[in-house]
Amino acid sequence: MKIVVQLEAFNPGEQLDNFRDQLKSSGALVSFSGMVRDIPGGLAKIKIEHYPGMTEKAINKICNEACLRWELEDIMVIHRFGNLKKGELIMMIATAANHRTNAFEAAEFLMDYLKSRAPFWKKEIGFEKANWVSSKDADEKALNRWKTP
Amino acid sequence: MRVQVLYFSWVREKVGLPKETIDTEAKTVADLILELCLKDERYKLAFSSLDVIRVALDQELADLSSPMEAVKEVAFFPPMTGG
Repeated sequence: MKIVVQLEAFNPGEQLDNFRDQLKSSGALVSFSGMVRDIPGGLAKIKIEHYPGMTEKAINKICNEACLRWELEDIMVIHRFGNLKKGELIMMIATAANHRTNAFEAAEFLMDYLKSRAPFWKKEIGFEKANWVSSKDADEKALNRWKTP
Repeated sequence: MRVQVLYFSWVREKVGLPKETIDTEAKTVADLILELCLKDERYKLAFSSLDVIRVALDQELADLSSPMEAVKEVAFFPPMTGG
């Protein structure tokens, strides 16, 4: 399992190749990348704040939960903080499993939980105004589908 | 007891500082918020809508009703927006 929280930019192709090179038995590899989107009026940059110490613990907990729910060979999570410009990659995840259903579902689970249970906060600094990105009701609802009855 | 209190995102901006050390007798997180609000207007502003306040005790997500017993680090922040 690889979990990295970093200031620096990363090369997603290189990261994915390295992740794949370590795999022993998987037949499916799913990856997702999140990038900085534009806003009406234009985006100067986004600032991502996080809670050093808790961030790594929270991501670790989410990854462990995914490993309990699906048969996975490995997981990778890379998440940046600091100042990022439009189009830059904020984060990427990868899941490797024997079969694709496990890899796809685990990737969706990871994203749903990283969104609202990992201590990151984004501030969009536009040319006209600056706003902290607020969470959406849909983010919380997305977690409900993973709740076991 | 002495606790380290951390603030993130707009909670930090409204309180006006990233962290501070506080001596408190608060039994729960809600008690601590009340204590802070009595201290200064800035906290009243930061904690004016508790439905958008999240809390972590020793780096684990908790609730406003969670006990403060033996806690060393408290963090207040808005709902998270990772990914």
